[in-house]
Amino acid sequence: MATPISTADVAHVARLARLALSDEELDQFTGQLAAVLAHAADIEALDTAGVPPTAHALPIHNVLRDDVVVAGVDREEVLAQAPAAESGRFRVPRILGEAP
Amino acid sequence: MSRSEWEMVIGLEVHTELRTATKLFCGCANHFGDEPNTNVCPVCLGLPGSLPVLNRTAVEYAIRIGTALHCTVQPSLFHRKNYFYPDMPKDYQISQYDVPINADGWLALPDGRRVGIERAHIEEDTGKSTHVGESGRIHGADHSLVDYNRAGVPLVEIVGRPDLRSGDDARIYVDELRAILVATGASDGKMEEGSLRVDANVSVRPRGAADLGTRCEIKNMNSLRSLGRAIEYEATRQITLLEEGGTVSQETRHWDEGTGRTSTMRSKEDAYDYRYFPEPDLVPIVPSEEWIRAVADALPPMPGDRRSAVAAAAKLAPDADPVVTVVRLDLDSLLHAAVAAGADGGLAVKRLANEVASSLERAAVLDPVAFATVVQMESRSALTPAQARTVLKDLLEGGGDPAAIAKAHGFEAMASDALADAVDQVIAENPGEWERFAGGEDKVQGFLIGKIKAATGGNADLKEASALLRGRRS
Amino acid sequence: MTANPAADIAGAIRRGEKTASGVLEEHLARVQAREPEIHAFNLVLEENARDTAAQIDAAVARGVDPGPLAGVPIALKDNLCTRGVPTTCSSRMLAGWRPPYDATVVARVTAAGAVAIGKTNLDEFAMGSSTENSAFGPTRNPLDPSRVPGGSSGGSAAAVAAGFAPLALGSDTGGSIRQPAALCGVVGTKPTYGVVSRYGLVAFASSLDQIGPFARSVGDAALLFDVIAGHDPADSTSLAGAPPVASAALEHGVDGLRVGLVTELVGAEGLSGEVVAGTRAAAEALASAGAKVEEVSVPATVYGLSAYYLIAPAEASSNLSRYDGVRYGHRATGAADITDMYIASRSEGFGPEVKRRIMLGTYALSAGYYDAYYGQAQKVRTLIIRDFEVAYQSFDVLLSPTAPGTAFPLGAKTADPLLMYLNDVCTIPSNLAGHPAMSVPWGAGADGLPLGVQVLAPALGETVMFQVAATLERLAPAAGRKVES
Ligand SMILES: [Zn+2]
Repeated sequence: MATPISTADVAHVARLARLALSDEELDQFTGQLAAVLAHAADIEALDTAGVPPTAHALPIHNVLRDDVVVAGVDREEVLAQAPAAESGRFRVPRILGEAP
Repeated sequence: MSRSEWEMVIGLEVHTELRTATKLFCGCANHFGDEPNTNVCPVCLGLPGSLPVLNRTAVEYAIRIGTALHCTVQPSLFHRKNYFYPDMPKDYQISQYDVPINADGWLALPDGRRVGIERAHIEEDTGKSTHVGESGRIHGADHSLVDYNRAGVPLVEIVGRPDLRSGDDARIYVDELRAILVATGASDGKMEEGSLRVDANVSVRPRGAADLGTRCEIKNMNSLRSLGRAIEYEATRQITLLEEGGTVSQETRHWDEGTGRTSTMRSKEDAYDYRYFPEPDLVPIVPSEEWIRAVADALPPMPGDRRSAVAAAAKLAPDADPVVTVVRLDLDSLLHAAVAAGADGGLAVKRLANEVASSLERAAVLDPVAFATVVQMESRSALTPAQARTVLKDLLEGGGDPAAIAKAHGFEAMASDALADAVDQVIAENPGEWERFAGGEDKVQGFLIGKIKAATGGNADLKEASALLRGRRS
Repeated sequence: MTANPAADIAGAIRRGEKTASGVLEEHLARVQAREPEIHAFNLVLEENARDTAAQIDAAVARGVDPGPLAGVPIALKDNLCTRGVPTTCSSRMLAGWRPPYDATVVARVTAAGAVAIGKTNLDEFAMGSSTENSAFGPTRNPLDPSRVPGGSSGGSAAAVAAGFAPLALGSDTGGSIRQPAALCGVVGTKPTYGVVSRYGLVAFASSLDQIGPFARSVGDAALLFDVIAGHDPADSTSLAGAPPVASAALEHGVDGLRVGLVTELVGAEGLSGEVVAGTRAAAEALASAGAKVEEVSVPATVYGLSAYYLIAPAEASSNLSRYDGVRYGHRATGAADITDMYIASRSEGFGPEVKRRIMLGTYALSAGYYDAYYGQAQKVRTLIIRDFEVAYQSFDVLLSPTAPGTAFPLGAKTADPLLMYLNDVCTIPSNLAGHPAMSVPWGAGADGLPLGVQVLAPALGETVMFQVAATLERLAPAAGRKVES
């Protein structure tokens, strides 16, 4: 069984998920996540050697569409929903690094 | 240790946009240069509730690329690569991870060396950010503006094995790969427009060592030239570091074209945890044998095969410059037509790689039979090389009958007797030089040939003239 | 014969005996009377609905048939996209967002003549079992407003139970249609995965989510199912070919059908005694109606809850990444850079349960834990599918409880997430297997509140599932409290 989840793990995960947690939330979430993961100990212990994972319950493949242009949505309608827009684009605060 | 005692090890990751009409997962136009955010829909904007549906042509193009790179085309899955970035509408990229559509192939460089291809998989492109502020660059920008026209454009990422050994190797590899991609019809191969993007993994090791050194990934090289420069710079940096007793740390580095240096972008400690998992909104691709075979059968000959054919016709090496040029400029069909019409392959390649290549825009209207005639006239010395070039130039500009063009220029074939007379005349007029030549001093030949050329008003076949000179010597 | 209010309304309107506008006003009057207390809706679409009803009446007047749902008011869970109409998922994150497109199911019910009467409340992003996790306040159970309606489709279940609409659409990822149906005394169906298009359903867990009908009767649920089922090229996970027909065998009875009572689900952790007794009574009733009823073990279902609470949060953590304040939805003000903006917007925009599941899912997918958690859960999914396959070699349908008990008081389970998660213990296995399942009212508990029994069927087994459900409906003991409509 994996070692129990720690507050450091939870803080790391919050960072990955772009969430800020107060110290109080951090403690609370650590306990709650630990309880759910402890419940999952039953499947952790299960011998699943040779069992393939199921990502899709559906036995289908090759769902493909023809390469034909279809009208999209109106830019003004979309930008009207944006928190901030400028010059036909979505405006965001400054970006500190290149894309990973 | 000197530089020559180190070996560079380079593996390239090349992203190419596919020339489909629509994006990878929606019906928006895949078109470069449109007004921002005009080719967008709920799917490629990642709006809540939208779902992707895979473009059949994108899959076919990926199979073309895999086939051209001698990969195994196999059943594959999509995964989600999770990271936050504003140009990525869903904050995950749909890509292929451990089960790519194409695996284990190779690319032959013009000199015959093979570079392994680990995989060539399908993924979606991101949007584009414009940085607003004094610098116009990401650092120091006040804010940024995002355009999602490019978001969801289909890409194939070709991951090469670390089989390259120099910046030149890397350039040749990318050049060849680009030619292959263009030949498949899957890509336009435009590095400057960003439809072909190259990242390089570079490491160094003492020559002869079996283990690989620690590698750095170099990004942001926008041309073949900067690719070569960046790799050479990075290798030198690593060698210097190691020779000074330091260690190379695994990281991603950014190439700055202006300063000609690479700098740390992200260290391994910051390496993102992408949390890949199978994309539940898409189902597996299982291309049928028939589909794979039909795609393979429809592929045109690849540049390597074409160079081999040209090399055979010209009796040259496949990586000889004129051979490479003729294929690169798509002049090989003219060559094969001219050879079929009786022209000498070697001479035809030479004329194509020089005169025809330099007025390429006219090559399309060049009649292969007329071209063959010019080459034949030159081969049998009915025209001197200079005359042949002139006739060919006229032919490219206005078409017509080569014999008539030659006649109009007054390029009467010089009878061998007349040439022999001219040779004898030059010998008689330059006894000192002739004596030295006759005594074995070959460097005087140029002088004598020059005299013969002058004496014949440039109409002499100089090859023939030098044969005659040498004949008089014994 | 059981009353089928939706079918009756559509029939009367198509025959010109009633008007859509008149029917709508009756329902709006009930909404006006009780909605302030119940809070089934995030938004009542009075004006739009009146326009639509008038168009239907005009069509009938021209002799045009508006379709099988002619003039039937329908409540839409507020995670279904409606063009130009706010779609919030009961989250601050999406407050005010107006989608530029309709979900496929919304287009289908509209094309069939239904009148969308409102967008119903839910647990934020469909994460919960009580509708208490709504950013806009909880929905109350119309049968006892001190109790929850279940969740996450609590608003849709309550709307149908309160008579606000005879039909509603919900979504079911781990029981979010069936459990609130049971708690509100109505019929709720989760179709086979891939039978109903997910296009326009705001995703929670993509490999498990499925849209389905709520109704006051099995017949009405079948009517709505038959309208929404069918292939959609906009959803890659939509099944090709004709969908099963739910209304094909409603009157056929169960004579000779083989019904398996699932040992592990009847014995699942946390079930009340009256739930177990009710389910056994339903099994006996089917037996006396001619079915061959036996107990059957589906061993891997005991692992369903654990597998679900790794898979669903994992997919959710990725599906909810897009709520980053860039293109739509909530953006925090004053952030210095993009990362600060992401963190502040998401921390302000999401409620605690959503954050909890994002954290859990991110952890289950993160480096070093994938194999132990997410990977292992997907293998368990395979085991569950295999065990169901074995059971369905001997049985046409399976039977189990729907929820562990009757509707519980507001606040009773909010402090303990795991206790709340146990609500889904009987409903989760069908989502993991991609199978259809539905909840049918079956009598009442000691508190007078309704109990439900769940009918499970193999993939594409909707016809026989509805057949058995219709029989159970005819055999069911008198319900306790009921809201008059
Ligand atoms: Zn699009």
